[in-house]
Amino acid sequence: MANTQNEDAFVAFERVQKSYDGETLVVKDLNLTLPKGEFLTMLGPSGSGKTTCLMMLAGFETATHGEIKIDGVSINNIPPHKRGIGMVFQNYALFPHMTIAENLSFPLEVRKIGKSDREAKVKRALDMVEMGSFGGRRPAQLSGGQQQRVALARALVFEPELVLMDEPLGALDKQLREKMQFEITHLAHELGITTVYVTHDQTEALTMSDRVAVFDDGRIQQIAPPDELYESPQNSFVAQFIGENNTLSGTVKQISNGKCVVQLDNGEEIDAKPVNVSKVGERTTVSIRPERVEFDKTRLHADAHTLKAEVLEFIYMGDIFRTRLRVAGNDEFIIKSRNAPDQVRLQPGQQIEIGWLAEDCRALEA
Amino acid sequence: MSDIKTNGPVLAADGTPLKRSLARALRVEKTRALMLIAPLLIFVLISFIIPIVSMLFRSVDNRIVEDTMPYTVAALKTWDASSGALPDEPVYAALARDMKAAAEKKEHTRIGGRLNYEESGFSSLFRKTGRAAKKFDLDSGEPFKAKLIDIHKDWGKIETWKIMQTHSVDYTNGYFLNAVDMKRTPDGAQMQDDDKRVLLKLFGRTMWMSLVITGMCILLGYPVAWILANLPARQANLLMILVLLPFWTSLLVRTSAWKVMLQQQGVINDVLVWLGFIADDSRLIIINNATGTIIAMTHILLPFMILPMYSVMQTIQPSYLRAAKSLGATNWTAFWRVYFPQSIPGIGAGSILVFILAIGYYITPEIVGGNKGVFISNRIAYHISTSLNWGLAAALGSILLAAVLILYWAYDKIVGIDNVKLG
Ligand SMILES: Nc1ncnc2c1ncn2[C@@H]1O[C@H](COP(=O)(O)OP(=O)(O)OP(=O)(O)O)[C@@H](O)[C@H]1O
Ligand SMILES: [Mg+2]
Repeated sequence: MANTQNEDAFVAFERVQKSYDGETLVVKDLNLTLPKGEFLTMLGPSGSGKTTCLMMLAGFETATHGEIKIDGVSINNIPPHKRGIGMVFQNYALFPHMTIAENLSFPLEVRKIGKSDREAKVKRALDMVEMGSFGGRRPAQLSGGQQQRVALARALVFEPELVLMDEPLGALDKQLREKMQFEITHLAHELGITTVYVTHDQTEALTMSDRVAVFDDGRIQQIAPPDELYESPQNSFVAQFIGENNTLSGTVKQISNGKCVVQLDNGEEIDAKPVNVSKVGERTTVSIRPERVEFDKTRLHADAHTLKAEVLEFIYMGDIFRTRLRVAGNDEFIIKSRNAPDQVRLQPGQQIEIGWLAEDCRALEA
Repeated sequence: MSDIKTNGPVLAADGTPLKRSLARALRVEKTRALMLIAPLLIFVLISFIIPIVSMLFRSVDNRIVEDTMPYTVAALKTWDASSGALPDEPVYAALARDMKAAAEKKEHTRIGGRLNYEESGFSSLFRKTGRAAKKFDLDSGEPFKAKLIDIHKDWGKIETWKIMQTHSVDYTNGYFLNAVDMKRTPDGAQMQDDDKRVLLKLFGRTMWMSLVITGMCILLGYPVAWILANLPARQANLLMILVLLPFWTSLLVRTSAWKVMLQQQGVINDVLVWLGFIADDSRLIIINNATGTIIAMTHILLPFMILPMYSVMQTIQPSYLRAAKSLGATNWTAFWRVYFPQSIPGIGAGSILVFILAIGYYITPEIVGGNKGVFISNRIAYHISTSLNWGLAAALGSILLAAVLILYWAYDKIVGIDNVKLG
């Protein structure tokens, strides 16, 4: 994995475990390092332990085992208010009895920063999120997106080096979310702050992050830059969780220099790239992205294996066509094709043959 | 905004002003809603509001004097009290006539009682005169002045007549003046004699002790409410039952229990002596005085403080405290700057509730308050049931009611009633 050398690690989780009830581990053996300035997203299904990790980092939960270090110093025994970590909460947690300016000046006041200095910093932070003229309002008088910006400004106003955000955009509508995604990444990179961002929206994770850590069941399943995560998932969970995926199961029949042939359960054969399989006869689940499936034989290798498929449904989605096929007994096989002038529109009932490049089809563990 | 103003009222599709058609549309609904609450409304009106209003009316109602003694009142109108001379014969004749009529209807003791509130002695004066008046021959033409003075020498005193004249109005401020330790005299309102001034002090004590009780409730209730709001649901429910337990026990039982606890030979003194904090011969006197009232009432009113506080604190999300700490605040700063201000509406609601309940409290001060720990309500009860001076009782009650309303209004101005959450 890239960026894991401990020397340039700013934040490090070392063999961290967490249990709330003494019976089940919510976080199991977490190892994670992130260098200064990185934007890391924790992505995973509900209950996978993302918030727990964030809370341990912020100091609101204690690790049952293991160490969390910032700049090489263990912070296990440092109380939250001394950690100097900025935090944006899912519900923003803006103090309702204070104005926006008072909210922002709060972290500066507790740091005993002088009045004029404070005012200047508050103003700069508000201007940064384009909320300069809202300083006198109360949080309740702002829209969701505006509250979001203020929460962000408040987490940044005392110039922390590390900022944590727990699903900060969860309550916003799609358009605003996309706008804020851009603004947050922009700000984070501009200010050079290290960011740990939690979401269970995979698009958000892919578009915003330098690296994404996919969580499931208290473990990091894969940690990689977005493109690598999407194109080279390390296991079935990641393949399923990130983007849309077609899966077929079978047995490895032949395996040689980075390619393998998998015999599906109905006897048909396909080409694949061995990722988590190593020997002939092993059970495997192959996974292929809908947009990498080809049904125009002329675009495939001459010796590529193909599969018979029956078109079940054709859905027009504007920029793409989405077609549902029956392949090897699987009724949920999806292919996507770009809406181009020369693109074929498949008709339900049509019999076609589909194939793909071997490296697009990943043979993962069963 | 301005364009609406210049264009006049907004019109509905048929040309009628929108406001009017909306009102029409809502009227049916409103009528139906009114019908549903009508039984309750009538019940409350008959059993609650009308009695209260009629009671309050008694605080100014003084028609009994003119009703019973119409001729005397009319005759006295021309008498100039400042002249220093007794009224003339016509006044005495009118008095004799009224007295005879009243005595026949057995009403002379009532009017005597009424005037006795102003000056003791009137009761016996009227009883005696009434007894004699039955035998009066009104048409005999003989002078009644000498006769009446003969029956009771008080009729020969100017003071008697002055009081009669002063209190012969239909509606009087006399009861209210009495309620604030003043009295109605021929020379206007004056302070009551020193030895009779008790009520203002009692009002002051009621306010002061209610304040102390409210303060104690805040101090004791706040941590409990905080724990309630922050415990996991199951433990919180258990604790809540403990808080509510007193509600399910009779008020009388709880107060009597305090009587047992607080006595000089009671549990608390015994424990303190046993622990060696106080000597056996200097046991604390914590009952039949203000201390007793404050202790018992704090205990009894505590749930009324805890519940509103709890319901407010429940809505304060823990993420606020976390946010404050992540921003660098210590536990104390986070609490004081972030949590506490948000819990103030709960404190306010609880305080209003407790204070208003406290200043009208009766049973507990009556039982544990002794002489020094009673409230104005105990005085009202005394005038209602023992001295039968209902007018004064009504005036005291009105003042109490006004005080509560003023406090409520002031609170609304300062904190805002819509900030108050009771649950
Ligand atoms: N305070 C707590 N006490 C006991 N169990 C908890 C507590 N907080 C979380 N858990 C449990 O720990 C597990 C992980 O929770 P966590 O909040 O970290 O999940 P998450 O990944 O943030 O999920 P989501 O995406 O829904 O926010 C869950 O099974 C949850 O039930
Ligand atoms: Mg979470």
